[in-house]
Amino acid sequence: MSAWLRQHWQTFGLTLARLATNPVATLLNVTVIGVAMALPLGGYMLLQNLGGVTRQVTGNPQISLFLAREAGKADIAALETRLKQMPGVRAVRFISREQALDGLKRSESMADVIAALQSNPLPDAFVLETGGSAAELERLEPGLKALPRIAHVQFDSAWVKRLDSLLALGRTAVSLLAALLAFGLVAVTFNTIRLQILTQQDEIEVSSLIGATDSFIRRPFFYLGLIQGGLGALAALAIVYLCMLILNRSILELAQLYGSDFRLYFFGFPDCLAVLAFAAVLGWLGAYLSVSKHLANIQPR
Amino acid sequence: MISFSQVRKSYRGGHEALAELSFSIESGELVFITGRSGAGKSTLLKLIPAIERPTSGTVLVNGQNIGSMRRPAIPYLRRNLGLIFQDQKLLYDRSVFDNVMLPLAFTGHARKDAARRARAALDKVGLLTREKANPITLSGGEQQRLCIARAVVNRPSILLADEPTASLDSASATEVMEMFRSFNQVGVTVLIATHDEALVQRLNPRVLALKQGRLEP
Repeated sequence: MSAWLRQHWQTFGLTLARLATNPVATLLNVTVIGVAMALPLGGYMLLQNLGGVTRQVTGNPQISLFLAREAGKADIAALETRLKQMPGVRAVRFISREQALDGLKRSESMADVIAALQSNPLPDAFVLETGGSAAELERLEPGLKALPRIAHVQFDSAWVKRLDSLLALGRTAVSLLAALLAFGLVAVTFNTIRLQILTQQDEIEVSSLIGATDSFIRRPFFYLGLIQGGLGALAALAIVYLCMLILNRSILELAQLYGSDFRLYFFGFPDCLAVLAFAAVLGWLGAYLSVSKHLANIQPR
Repeated sequence: MISFSQVRKSYRGGHEALAELSFSIESGELVFITGRSGAGKSTLLKLIPAIERPTSGTVLVNGQNIGSMRRPAIPYLRRNLGLIFQDQKLLYDRSVFDNVMLPLAFTGHARKDAARRARAALDKVGLLTREKANPITLSGGEQQRLCIARAVVNRPSILLADEPTASLDSASATEVMEMFRSFNQVGVTVLIATHDEALVQRLNPRVLALKQGRLEP
């Protein structure tokens, strides 16, 4: 058992040493993998950040009902009881036109504008709190529009829905890109291992002739694929992180103009580990395919 | 220890390298295989470590049947044999020392233990002072001695050498032959293929003379 572990450890060290003796080639390979992986990874990070925004907003989907001018006190009371009975409605809040105006007066930027008005232009309104999803809101829509004395129904989450489906589209695009580039990673590793097998042809032949097992001969190439994939993933994470830092500088400025503290967040530690593991497995796969294909040709005669 | 019975080896295309070959070699023997090139000396030597398989007949090495040996078992057979190849097969991308370390890498020796063994083998062939050199800088005789060091580092019970003196001047050749004899004297079974009749006669060992794939009486 300890001999087996030692062999693995030695192979690991040997592989690292071999990568180090050829730094330019190693760097190039790692960069190719890194840049290729950085594309879907960066896209994924952006989507994750935007997804966070929509989740925040959709947490409490609201519907605003603006009443017609001619609606009287009796109409309002009748509407309120009907609204409260509607399925899917959690809470009904009435905001009178006076309250709405007071609200506006309190906000500094609007106070001057409001003071200049001669009459109150605002309608009475109900704000409905719903616990439901976008689909549930949609089911409510025809019922609300059919109510009397309603001038306008506004779904505060309509744009969120649009953004959500846009994000879903983005996610599909990123997944496709990731799948393509995963294939690319396997291909790059396949080729690297092929070249490595060619350069070590003599060593492989001699080793086999003097008693190395097949698995002993294969092992360094598997490690090479694994390590190269892992290093590529590290490079990709570093690239995405750098891009994020650069973007965040501009984003913070922009967000401040809108009074928001929105900024991009990097992947958590588990996500980084997952990326690393995924790339390492793909590298191993490329090495496996390459070794199976090319090592059989170097059977000594 | 090694026994051939009715061994025939023919290659694709119908060339028959060995025909009806039967002999056996006991543990501790020193045996020369002679014959002109093309007589089947190399083929005979390649059958023992299962580099080639017999077309028919039986090759037994330490009681194991080479013809029916499964692929995963072959490396373990080869570790018990010391092979010296006609084309040497030294690795020129590493030092003399690392060439000798190669067979120890896959037997799972600890690095320290392996290094000690490698140095002992280099010492035996008189190359200890050249351990850091690249094999390309060695003379022909030194390269051949390096091959011997690599072959014996795992302390095999059988040593197989294919034309070990082919490219050497007579002084180096004698030196190399002496080396084989000293291994034989400590109990190693040694098989040497050579066309150098003069060298063989001087040592007066057992000789298997091959002619067109058959043993000459």
